[in-house]
Amino acid sequence: MGEAIAFYTLAALILGFAVLVITARNTVHSVLFLVANFLFVAALYVLLGAQFLAVIQVIVYAGGIVVLYLFVVMLVNLKRPPEAHRDRRRKAGLGLAFSLVILAEVVAIAVFGLVQPAHLAAPKAPLPPEAADNVQQVGWALYTQYLVPFEVASMLLLVAMVGAIVLARREL
Amino acid sequence: MTPITPVHYIVLSAALFTIGVIGVLVRRNVIVILMSIELILNAVNINLIAFSRQLGDPVGQVFAIFIICVAAAEAAVGLGIILAFYRNKETVNIDEMSLMRW
Repeated sequence: MGEAIAFYTLAALILGFAVLVITARNTVHSVLFLVANFLFVAALYVLLGAQFLAVIQVIVYAGGIVVLYLFVVMLVNLKRPPEAHRDRRRKAGLGLAFSLVILAEVVAIAVFGLVQPAHLAAPKAPLPPEAADNVQQVGWALYTQYLVPFEVASMLLLVAMVGAIVLARREL
Repeated sequence: MTPITPVHYIVLSAALFTIGVIGVLVRRNVIVILMSIELILNAVNINLIAFSRQLGDPVGQVFAIFIICVAAAEAAVGLGIILAFYRNKETVNIDEMSLMRW
């Protein structure tokens, strides 16, 4: 019961802020709505028992990536917003219709998947309490079975850092 | 009231994904389009973590960490490209970004 209330509240907040992100006229408002959206997604992770992911979400997304977006919005300094002038070739209604088709398709897949396997419908017991806490489990999987992908991810971040510095230099 | 099953989380994730797709297809500001991509990646993460709990397996959370890592790299490089483009063309309107179109 408590989980249901928490889920529906968080789901409404997540979807509401997501809609505000893509409808806000002012880009700075859009970024701030994105922060709220990330924070409520982090709360959803706590509800799902993934506390470590929730902390990562708050620190990396709401702390790091969003500050990057704010810096770029500040540097770009839009005097004439892109939505101000109309381009008649652009068909926004068509894009909206395509997105709604995708939504119908994904929900249909989810509902049919619910009908098919009965053993997936009822949630199993969550992680056994005697195993370990969430951080220990994630750390164990990350540093044993997934050690090579972890190192590749660190290389990816290094390359992205160098690439971003080169791209943002003044004399490109 | 029915208990919360993974299907609830999948439907939430599908709705968030669709909002992201609408943002990518309808908006013209490149910065807003990149933010919509972040929304899409968040929807994927919700899916992975819901199944991680359902199956009692932390591997889904490990994948979600990798996705966050890739999202950070994407944001850094994408915003660098936007800055470089803005210096040359003084615009962030995606309709005016036709350098690579033939």
